[in-house]
Amino acid sequence: MTFASIIIQLLNGLAAASSLFLVSAGLSLIFGVTRIVNFAHGSLYMLGLYGAYSLIEALGRTPLGFWSAVVVASLLVGVTGILIEVLVLRRIYRAPELFQLLATFAVVLVIKDIALFVWGAEDLVGPRAPGLSMAVEILGKRIPAYDLLLIAIGPVVLGVMWLLLTRTRWGALVRAATQDREMVGALGVDQAKLFTSVLFVGSVLAGLGGALQIPREPANLDLDLAVIADAFVITVVGGLGSIGGAFLAAVIIGVAKAFCIGIGTVTWFGFEVSFSKLTLVVEFLIMALVLVARPYGLLGKPQAVQRIAADPAPPLTAPSWTMALVWVALLVGVPLVADRYVTILLTDIVCFALFAVSLHFIMGPAGMVSFGHAAYFGLGAYAAGLLFKRAGLPMEAALLLAPLCAGAFAVVYGWFCVRLSGVYLAMLTLAFAQISWSIVFQWDSLTGGSNGVFGIWPSAWLADKTTYYYLALACCGTGIALLWRVLFSPFGFVLRAGRDSPLRAEAIGIDLRGFQWAAFVLVGALAGLAGAVYAFSKGSISPSTISIGQSTDGLIMVLLGGVETLTGPVVGTAIYTWLRDAVARHTEFWRAVMGGVILLIVLLFPQGLVGGLKVLFLRWREQRA
Amino acid sequence: MSDAVLQVEGLHKAFGGVQAVADVSFAITAGEMLALIGPNGAGKSTCFNMLNGQLVPDAGIVRLAGRDIVGLRPRAVWRLGVGRTFQITATFVSLSVRENVQMALYSHASRLRSLFRRFGAAFRAEADALLAQVGMLDQAERPCGVLAYGDLKRVELAMALANEPRLLLMDEPTAGMAPKERVALMELTAGLARKRNIAVLFTEHDMDVVFSQADRIIVLDRGELIAGGTPAEVRANAAVRAVYLGSTH
Repeated sequence: MTFASIIIQLLNGLAAASSLFLVSAGLSLIFGVTRIVNFAHGSLYMLGLYGAYSLIEALGRTPLGFWSAVVVASLLVGVTGILIEVLVLRRIYRAPELFQLLATFAVVLVIKDIALFVWGAEDLVGPRAPGLSMAVEILGKRIPAYDLLLIAIGPVVLGVMWLLLTRTRWGALVRAATQDREMVGALGVDQAKLFTSVLFVGSVLAGLGGALQIPREPANLDLDLAVIADAFVITVVGGLGSIGGAFLAAVIIGVAKAFCIGIGTVTWFGFEVSFSKLTLVVEFLIMALVLVARPYGLLGKPQAVQRIAADPAPPLTAPSWTMALVWVALLVGVPLVADRYVTILLTDIVCFALFAVSLHFIMGPAGMVSFGHAAYFGLGAYAAGLLFKRAGLPMEAALLLAPLCAGAFAVVYGWFCVRLSGVYLAMLTLAFAQISWSIVFQWDSLTGGSNGVFGIWPSAWLADKTTYYYLALACCGTGIALLWRVLFSPFGFVLRAGRDSPLRAEAIGIDLRGFQWAAFVLVGALAGLAGAVYAFSKGSISPSTISIGQSTDGLIMVLLGGVETLTGPVVGTAIYTWLRDAVARHTEFWRAVMGGVILLIVLLFPQGLVGGLKVLFLRWREQRA
Repeated sequence: MSDAVLQVEGLHKAFGGVQAVADVSFAITAGEMLALIGPNGAGKSTCFNMLNGQLVPDAGIVRLAGRDIVGLRPRAVWRLGVGRTFQITATFVSLSVRENVQMALYSHASRLRSLFRRFGAAFRAEADALLAQVGMLDQAERPCGVLAYGDLKRVELAMALANEPRLLLMDEPTAGMAPKERVALMELTAGLARKRNIAVLFTEHDMDVVFSQADRIIVLDRGELIAGGTPAEVRANAAVRAVYLGSTH
């Protein structure tokens, strides 16, 4: 590379960093004050982009029209943030953190469908910035003038934020709340107002980040989850709650990506190394490295201790044998009376149930929330498909080996993950899932890239849908029973104990990390089994089995049923899968319906469906006694 | 002293430029109750955390029954027979009182790696025996999350005893308890220590507890040991009086 091209790549990177920084700064601000991981933040960015597009069309492609559109779109997104806070978040600040997460998932679903309804499914390409569409010549290369403006906007916003935070009363309150929310409440500050204003500012930043991308990026419906993944990475690398850290991380990652594109394919010692293929992975590699070296991010501090401890998780009760037998009998009996369609749907439910139960195992009793559990589900599916299709193994062998492959990945990923806890751990799991996804997505020759692989069908004796359903039921049912059994073993008790007090576990001689690592491998292998069974039931594999969408589906299933009971995740899976199928048959806007249903449940049953019903039942029994 | 359970020599620890603990040396023998006292910020907790493996000292030797334990992790220190209770109780709040003690017993026997055996089945009688000793048997079924603070301290004591320890480290064992409960808990501890020949090192702010229960007292001020001896000797020590009552008296 010449010096000139290095400078050019640097400028490209800095231009990309600006929008990333704006979104991440907003996310970081909101998390710092409210302690809510706002999954809908990427959706706000998406709204900013769409909003700016429409406003420019309405106001005209003049400099004035363009810039008023950008500003107005950002402010409208800010108002959306206020609506989210007032209508949803404010009602659940006292609910468990995971439930707030579920609510923001629901908001993601609703916003996606609103965008689909208003702007349609086609990508919308915005105009170039009027008056700034020319290029500036630097060192003999041409750089769009708009990029130079973007490079300037990042530091300007950083400066404005710094002034806001250090020179105003509002900023002092925000900083105080980030450090110690309870103390700020105790001092008589109106928390509701503070939270609303923080949501507004954070959302404006997200909207601005989106609106400014109009000349660079078409508005499309996949931006929400793509952007939230980027924003998570940047906030975590920079340190949660640190605006300066977010800027630093955005610059590092923006530049690293730009260089990967710029370098292209290089031949080292006869090997071709494609750096441009690294672009999708590089930010997650940086994040994994940073978190292992500095568990709280580059400029972050250890999270403040919350004085009011969360209510201890209620003791787990094992499902009774009679109930289990009744359920098994029912599930075995269904295909005798139902049609083929129901049998296929039930096969899906059974696969997802094992997936959800394995996720619940790690995030509930073991206390390690995973945002990227689809990694193991998808890797299990791919292992099964590739062993069958590319290695030519018999279907039965592929099905048995797939969980081992997924478990092997869990050995590697888990080793890193157990070194962290809380939100940082969750983000790292997401990073590993995205790395897996990117590799599968890009390795065309092996994985079939974005199309996946077709023709993955079970052996002849299992070809009948009902027979295959029984196989799925046997495999996944055994997996679920195994996980539940383990929860009541000494191993399972260690995980629960470690969730309650890592300090005490260490003080009575327990190597907690070792147990947690083993737990990762166990759930990874079983999620892999679920994925393998799923792959053969569909006859194909595709990258969507590893996507963030699949991971969040798993989280929704677990949280919908309730994380505090064993059967909750199974019930949640059944309801979510069935409802999605039923609604999707009637309307294109099934996501909005699902989101609405989830929000209703969140607001009515803060312990999840099964947890909530349990509470209702106990209350009813008390009244009768 | 060859019969010392714990021998500390020349312990040093600085945080940044602040010397938290400087040249602290002492020893404790089996069956002895040794109180470590001093004003707030004297370095008591720092001292403690260097003994149990949570902090690594800058210099000095910590010998447990003749073996140097500096640099060992807390869980390794526990395996050598050191039980602990925390200043702010740390128990497994979602598990029952009995299960908490069972957990310590399982760990002591290195039998936690089992995936299929039922946890509740083993060490039940042993756990109940320990709970009886600390007076918590009647609450064995209750989850730790709902216990009163004084009861949690008793559970911690039972968990510490599950290890058949030769040394008990108790950081502010009676903090947050009612005065009557405090003396009761330390009397209980002293009785168990003598019966089982366990050495007990504890920090404490309640001077009634210290002077009635400790066999020996050492006094820490600004990171340095300024006095040591029997309760009567410490009571009469001029340096101690200066620290606690102010130098003008």
